[in-house]
Formats: sequence, C-alpha cells, structure tokens
Amino acid sequence: MAKVTIDGIEIEVPDGTSILQAARMIGPTVAPPAMCFYTNLPSSGGYCRTCMVEVTKGSEKDPRPMPKLVASCRTQVMDGMVVGNRTSEKAVDARKGVVEFLLLNHPLDCPICDQAGECHLQDLSYENGSAKTRTDFERRTFDKIDIGDKIQLHMNRCILCYRCVKVADQLTPERVHGVMNRGDHSEISTYITKAVDNEFSGNMIDVCPVGALTDKTFRFKSRVWFTKPVTAHRDCDKCCGKVVLWYKGEDVLRVTGRKDQWGEVEEFICNTCRFDKKRTSDWVVEGPTNLSRHSVISANHYEKLVVPNELTLNDIKPLNP
Amino acid sequence: MGKKLLLQNDNVPGIDTYEVYRQHGGYTSVEKALKMTSDEVVEEVKKSGLRGRGGAGFPTGMKWSFLAKPEGVPRYLVCNADESEPGTFKDRYLMQRHPHLLIEGMIAASYALGANTAYIYIRGEYFYIVNILEKAIEEAYTAGWLGDNIQGSGYSLNMYVHPGAGAYICGEETALLESLEGKRGNPRIKPPFPAVKGLYACPTVVNNVETIAAVVPILNMGGEEYAKIGIGKSTGTKLISASGHIKKPGVYEIELGLPVEEFIYSEEYCGGILNDKKLKAVVPGGSSVPILPAELSLKTPTGEPRLMSYESLSEGGFVSGSMLGSGGFIVMDETTSIVRNLHTFNRFYHHESCGQCSPCREGTGWMEKITHKILDGHGTLADIDLLWDIQRKIEGNTICPLGDAAAWPVAAAIRHFREEFEEYVSNPSSIVDVKHYYNIHNLVEA
Repeated sequence: MAKVTIDGIEIEVPDGTSILQAARMIGPTVAPPAMCFYTNLPSSGGYCRTCMVEVTKGSEKDPRPMPKLVASCRTQVMDGMVVGNRTSEKAVDARKGVVEFLLLNHPLDCPICDQAGECHLQDLSYENGSAKTRTDFERRTFDKIDIGDKIQLHMNRCILCYRCVKVADQLTPERVHGVMNRGDHSEISTYITKAVDNEFSGNMIDVCPVGALTDKTFRFKSRVWFTKPVTAHRDCDKCCGKVVLWYKGEDVLRVTGRKDQWGEVEEFICNTCRFDKKRTSDWVVEGPTNLSRHSVISANHYEKLVVPNELTLNDIKPLNP
Repeated sequence: MGKKLLLQNDNVPGIDTYEVYRQHGGYTSVEKALKMTSDEVVEEVKKSGLRGRGGAGFPTGMKWSFLAKPEGVPRYLVCNADESEPGTFKDRYLMQRHPHLLIEGMIAASYALGANTAYIYIRGEYFYIVNILEKAIEEAYTAGWLGDNIQGSGYSLNMYVHPGAGAYICGEETALLESLEGKRGNPRIKPPFPAVKGLYACPTVVNNVETIAAVVPILNMGGEEYAKIGIGKSTGTKLISASGHIKKPGVYEIELGLPVEEFIYSEEYCGGILNDKKLKAVVPGGSSVPILPAELSLKTPTGEPRLMSYESLSEGGFVSGSMLGSGGFIVMDETTSIVRNLHTFNRFYHHESCGQCSPCREGTGWMEKITHKILDGHGTLADIDLLWDIQRKIEGNTICPLGDAAAWPVAAAIRHFREEFEEYVSNPSSIVDVKHYYNIHNLVEA
C-alpha cells in the first residue's frame, strides 16, 4: 500500500495505482481530466497531456520533486508522494495551454455536432480553458472519408486520443484503421478505403471523447439533452447486453454502453445490440439512468449546473478585426 | 594541433577497407576487451568519463551500468545513426570514411553489455552509407570479428544495419526502437526506460555513433588516460560539424575545452567569418539548442572565455547559455535574419512532429504560422508575446524531447533578439528579403 497526498487530501492505495486513479478514488473535485486515458483499454493514455500534475515530493525514500509535470494517467504512485493538481499553479497553467492546443484546430461546430452535450472536450474547455481565442489562422481540415455504413468519421473534430485505435486493437481480431501521416496532418483513416465493420467496432463511438466518431443511425436525429436515458438489458450471445437506451418520446433513437461517472463505458457491447435492436420490446427496461457528471443531459436538472468561474459577461469581447 | 583520436587516420587512403584499417591498429581494442571481463570494460568506460555524444551528454558508463540483466533474456545494443539534427553531419562523416571504427566500437560495447545482437539504425537518407557499412560488416565477418565464437573467445555477436524511412523523430531512442520493431515511429511513454524494456521488451542500450566509436580509443589508451584529455567533466574529443557563414565549413575533431573564439577564428578550424563580416550569432549544438548572440557565444556572462565543453556552453542556464548538444555548430554573420532563421527551424519541427501528444502536434504548427505571418509583414507586437507563451506551454509538457527542442530556439531567439522581432513587426519594410540576402553574398538564387 502507498500513501499519497493529492491536493492536500491523503489516501492509501495499492501499489501500482496510477496518480489519476488515486485521485479518482478521492473524488471528482480532485481528479484531473483525462481525454485519452481509458480504464478499460490497457496501454491507453499519455497522449493528450490534460491530466498533467505536479509532483512536489517524489516519495518517502526520495523526497525530491519531479523536474517536469507528469502525466498522471501513466505515472504510478509512490509511498509518501505529494501531488498538486488543482492547487498547483504550474499544472493549471499547463492544462490551460493544452486546452488551447486541442481547440486550436477544432472546428467548434458544436451546434451541429451530435456529441454536443456529452462531449468531453466541451467539459474540459469549460472547466480549464480560456474564454477567448488567440488565433485567427485558418483551421486545419481533412478530406471526408467513408469508413462504413454505421460509423461516421469527422476527422476535423478529432483530437487524436488513440482510443479508437486501442479499441480496434484490443476488442477486434483485426484492426483495419489507424493513424496515418505525421504531425498535425495525422488522421484516423483506413489505409485502403475499407469499411470498419467488425462486430465490436461500434465501441469506437462510445470511447471517442469528441464528435469525431458518431453513430450514423443517430445522426441529426436529436440533441442528446432532449433524449431520456433508460437503463436496459437483453440476453445477447455476443456481449453482456447491458446498455442505455436513449428515448425521445416512444422511440429509441440510439443505444450505447453504460458509462460510469468518468464517462467511460463499463462493459463493451456488440454492434447488434447497438445498431439493430431499436425497439422497446427487444429490451428488459430497468429504469431511468442516473447521470451525474454530464448534467446537461441529466433529466434537465439545470439548477445543478455549475457556472464556470472565469466566464462573466465582461469577458466576452468582440474579436479583433 | 589538437589531439585526434577518432579521425587520426583520416588522411590514410583506403582506411574504409579492412586490410588498411587493421594495419593502422584496427580491432586492437576488441582484442583487449575480449581478454577482460565485461564488467571491467564497463568500468574502463566509466573511468574515462565519456559522455553521450548524441546531444544529452549523459555519462555513457553510467548508462551501461543501468542495463537490467535478468536471466535468460537477450540484451541488445542499438547504435543510433539517425542523425537528423539540422546542422549536424559528424556521424555521416565518421560512418562514410571510418566504417570499421564504428563496427569495432560496436563489438567492444556489445561485449561489455553482454549483447549477442547489435543493430545500427541509420536514417533513410544515408542509403549510400548503408552499403558502406554492410560491406565493412561483411569484411569483419570474414576476418572473424563478427559471428560465432569471435577470435576463439567464445563470445558471439551478430550485427545488422537497419535503414529508417527518414524521420527526425526516429532519432529519439524509444521512437527508434519502435521503428526498428517495424512499427510507427512514435516515442514511447517512459518509464519503463529502454535499459529495462527496450527493443522487443528486452533490456537495450541505445548509443550515438560517435559515443560508440569513442569506446575504441578509450580501450586502446585506457580510461584514465582518456579522462586526462578535455576539461573537467567534459573528457575526450568531440566531432564538431561546423556550418554557416565561415570560411572552412566541415567536420572537425576538437579537444573539449577549446575556446569558441579560437574555434571560429583560427586557421586550423573554421578560419573566420565568410567575407570577413561580423559575427552575429552562434547555434552551438544543432538547431534544437538555444541560439547565442556574438558576445555571449565568445564570453560567458561572468566574462570568462566561452569554451567548447558541456559545462561552459551551458553556463548561465538558458538565460545566457546554451548547450553543446550534438555539436552542430552553426555560425551566422551580421546579415542573417534571426526571424527568418527561426521560421526555418519552426518549419522543420512542424514537419517532423510525430503528432502523438497535443502540445507539440498543435504548437509547432502554430509557431510556424506566426513566424510566417511576421515575415509576411502582418505581425503584431502581441504575436511576439504569443510566440513566447506558446513555447512556454510546449516546453516540458510533451512525451519526448522534441517538444523542448522546438521550444528552446523560439525562446532564445526572442530572448536575445527581441528588438529584431519588434523591428519586423513595427516596420515591415525592414524585413530581410531572400533576394537581398543572395545579393549581398553574391550568390545565385537556386
């Protein structure tokens, strides 16, 4: 067991736990945001740099601070470690920078994006970003490619978290898509135009933190906050069959895996459950889903919304011509 | 004349063939090493105080002793010949003219580490050197210096040359290992370090070409003797690739501790500034290290003469110092536009960023766009501060050192030459045109 102090709160965790997981055990006020780390996908994480924290004391044995900020999702705790997340000016500043970098070429087409309302990049930028942009350069765009009849790829929105690549690596026997090219021309693509049609490929939609991979059967059907999530299950011979049905009126508009409070799917589901079973009679309904983190969707409990500290009316100024 | 250890036989014709190399004392260090235990060889390198010649300057003996040695797991030595740093071309020279020196060093180093397989990862643009190295390896196999039971010692070693596909990022050791394994050349997240889990998840040591070649004179003359050359903790000799506005550009072997002023102006080395113009700035260790203005490159902030050594060049930190880096010594005369030079560097790092982690992927492109905007005459004063802020947010926040390497030149250029940026921004007509540059140097535009 190792004792760590994160933002002044002490917790004892098993050896080998990452700083991020230790922080999540304390609670959401302490946990750093994570855009690329995914608990159920081993070897994910380390790319987006939003979860960076400052280690002010390495361990009981070696109390030297770490020279650089570390990615908390890929750094293991040591006994006696002292970590600064929201209390560390360096970490907050660096995170603000990372948000700016991620938004630099993001199209900000939230009004027409199916992910809006459950988008991690929206949450991240509200919580950690700046209200103003400092760039007036043209944003990067990619040519549209078709990766199949079920999944829609919007490369312009992608933040290259590599989660979908890990899904294809770890859930499906053969990966047909990956990251092509280098630097800021990197794109998620199938090398030879080929449909991504594996039975578990739909999980790419669930793990995508932004609107880069969305459900074609749900495309432009509704804003997510107008749909009502209902927990349900069915006997499926391929997967666990535990899902969330998203209702609008009587209709099931889409089916997704069940997500925990960090927005991560608990158990992956198959494409049959996701795309083909869209009648209430296919499912055993358990009851309304409790959503805590993404309060926009959470049964319209708008009074619980936390107003971001930084953004006040005075802050909104017209852009420089 | 400074002491020469690596290039002492540089003028011998046919030194790239086995017979001539052997006649001039080649492979004696391997003979010597095979009579010692591997730990003794490591100890000898430790005593020599040799530091990595690839850029970071980490003590080589220390690196070797960190290598994990679990039972039944193979160990690897990988030579990093992916020399891609702009301004650096010393490894090319060494491999092209002295291939056997590298192979000899590789055998001695592999023996010290207990590795039975060694790889030379060479950058794709050096395809013609691949042939030179493979011919030399063939000769070494024939002469019994490679293969099973080398010279009857019972030690076996196989050596392979692996050409990369031409990516700067593959010079980063973990990206190099990924590329060597046949994957996309993305740097790995550390820990685990290659000394524990490197090539094919086995303990691996990755060393620069020059570092491995330096093992040969160390074993020949003894570690303690080698440590006497140089100054302080910068022992031995170093190859410097001198380029830019100097009369005699090229690769020079210097004893560490040579004054920068002597290196630039003496007839033995660079021979002074081209067309006898004034010195404006020096990039002492390849494009990634901070640029130094003339007065700071010749004198340290305390007024001492600046020496070519790891310590002296970094004296004053990044505020008034730089780094020895890989020894890519770029000299700029008074006509050089620092902004244009910075734009070239930014364009390079933008092109070579692997795109794995966000600050480097997005930030390098952003910085390039801003310097481009300034050069186009559309810059504002806020752009200079923005550039400063971007580099600050990239530095130290990336997976691999490419982010730092992209940020440092920007920081140093703004720190030392801010007035030039301000001049460009407030008075766009002062922007040095490329044509103007060609005119003053009487060059023909390509």
